Amino acid sequence: MIHDGSLQELRVLKSSLIVGSLSLALLVGGMVISGCGVAGADSSATDRQSERLVITGSSTVAPLVAEIGKRFEADAGVRVDVQTGGSSRGIADARNGLADIGMASRALGAAEDDLTGFTIARDGICVIIHRDNPITELSDPQVVDMFTGRLTHWDSLGGEDRRITVVNKAEGRSTLELFLKHFALDNRDVKASVVIGDNEQGIKTVAGNPGAIGYVSIGAAEHAAARGVAIKLLPMSGIAASTATLSEGNFPLARPLTLVIQGEPSTLTQRFIDYARSPAVHDLVRELSFVPAS
Amino acid sequence: MRARQRFTIWFESCRLSRRADWLLAWSLRLSALVSGALVVFITVFVIAEAWPALRSIGVWRFLNDASWYPSAGVEDGTFNLVPMLVGTVLTTAGAIVLAAPLGVLSAIFRQVYAPPGVGRVYRWLIELLAGIPSVVYGFWGLVVVVPIITRFEPPGASLLAGILILTLMILPTTTLASDAALQSVPRRTIEGAAALGLGRWATLQGVALPAASSGIATGVLLATGRALGETMAVLMVCGNVVAVPDSLFDPVRTLTANIALEMAYALDGHRSALFVSGLVLLLLVSALVLAAEVVDRRQAVG
Repeated sequence: MIHDGSLQELRVLKSSLIVGSLSLALLVGGMVISGCGVAGADSSATDRQSERLVITGSSTVAPLVAEIGKRFEADAGVRVDVQTGGSSRGIADARNGLADIGMASRALGAAEDDLTGFTIARDGICVIIHRDNPITELSDPQVVDMFTGRLTHWDSLGGEDRRITVVNKAEGRSTLELFLKHFALDNRDVKASVVIGDNEQGIKTVAGNPGAIGYVSIGAAEHAAARGVAIKLLPMSGIAASTATLSEGNFPLARPLTLVIQGEPSTLTQRFIDYARSPAVHDLVRELSFVPAS
Repeated sequence: MRARQRFTIWFESCRLSRRADWLLAWSLRLSALVSGALVVFITVFVIAEAWPALRSIGVWRFLNDASWYPSAGVEDGTFNLVPMLVGTVLTTAGAIVLAAPLGVLSAIFRQVYAPPGVGRVYRWLIELLAGIPSVVYGFWGLVVVVPIITRFEPPGASLLAGILILTLMILPTTTLASDAALQSVPRRTIEGAAALGLGRWATLQGVALPAASSGIATGVLLATGRALGETMAVLMVCGNVVAVPDSLFDPVRTLTANIALEMAYALDGHRSALFVSGLVLLLLVSALVLAAEVVDRRQAVG
């Protein structure tokens, strides 16, 4: 009874804890419901589909498609709705009709011949290290040895006496899949010291650690290095990692940015795909440090 | 108690008397029902989404598998959640161990020792700290704190970095709660202690702090809730490697970071397994709310 005021205050604190967790839960619930909403609207209203394009998938492709979409909206007077969620989602959504077009940051595989893919641009993955690291080139077996933990210090490669920090990508990312496939690695054998989500986090992590080695999109890495971020792009098999070598088609670790559809496209879908592959959007492709497809 | 009785009597007296009251009562009941139902709905939803994984993979494998590689499917994948549970508990516990004493001490400083002007500026600064969005803390941690730790012990992105960033994030909560609790200790009580000839520290330690203790405890629980649920900042500084850490300098992955890193890319069994980590988090938070309830009840009795 003595400290009635504080009691009151505590009640408020406690209830704000509960309200806080509630609102978080509401947010999650809301996201789920809105996700379902998109699906429902799409499958039911086929005749209204002509006014709206739903495009989902790879977070690498999404910024480009969003920019193209904005320009297309202005030209064609329709709504283009771009949602990210990874290449796997793009392909799954295109397959089961949740999206008009799926986005994938890889070519379609053999098990996906029920779908049609259209390459709109190319992106390359390059190995990056800290700018102050004296190493200038690594062979493929050396990269493999580092990522599997057989090499743990830079001095055995002629670098400084520093521990190697392996920066790997999180499960499910197409960058990870492409990297593992190129080096014939199994993710279980990778001895990572840091696991990252997006390119920007990877670049920041490597720039803050002189012993780090990681891999990110060439476009993102080139852009960051040009801004003065302390990273260095390593050549692969003797070919410099740059958007120039990528556009010449020489860079070995590259991937096509693909639009995916199932069956016969509607007129609007076809128009959008043609537009995304036309020279009218090449400036947008270059702006995002990708390379036009043809 | 007395207040509640008075209210009941007042309600009785105007029961059935006015239509407006009837309307009010029912709209209140309805809104209570809606908020209650929402919690139930969300819990049921999380359980339903986690159910396929729980059934096909089984609780046993979530606790005993070799590691966490969920994207290979139910048969070939591994689904051990324990390292992430450990990661969540360790980062949160570490942050509380640092932030709770710091918060109490700085509240004592402000309430007892600081000159009024300094105290006001100090409170203002702490409130500012509380207003910084978590992604900014994470970004700052990634470009400032992690490189500093890297200089001593690579990779830098580690349990320690996570604890330091979380400490900073929950410090305002523990400080402001302790501050409010100390402030609401009645002046008469303090003056009484002074009249008995107790010194400043003895008054604090023997009278003010015990009187404020339940308020401080609630503040700490609130801070724990925030630390448990924090996602973006720990995702950026903790390294996110799924392994039980051997030292403060080893990377860890928390349950929240696990969901944020993989949910957008997860399908089928993998997605369901992520809902299991959400369910585990939900259980942790429920345990916390229960603990808050116990503290509250003990304080009501005492």
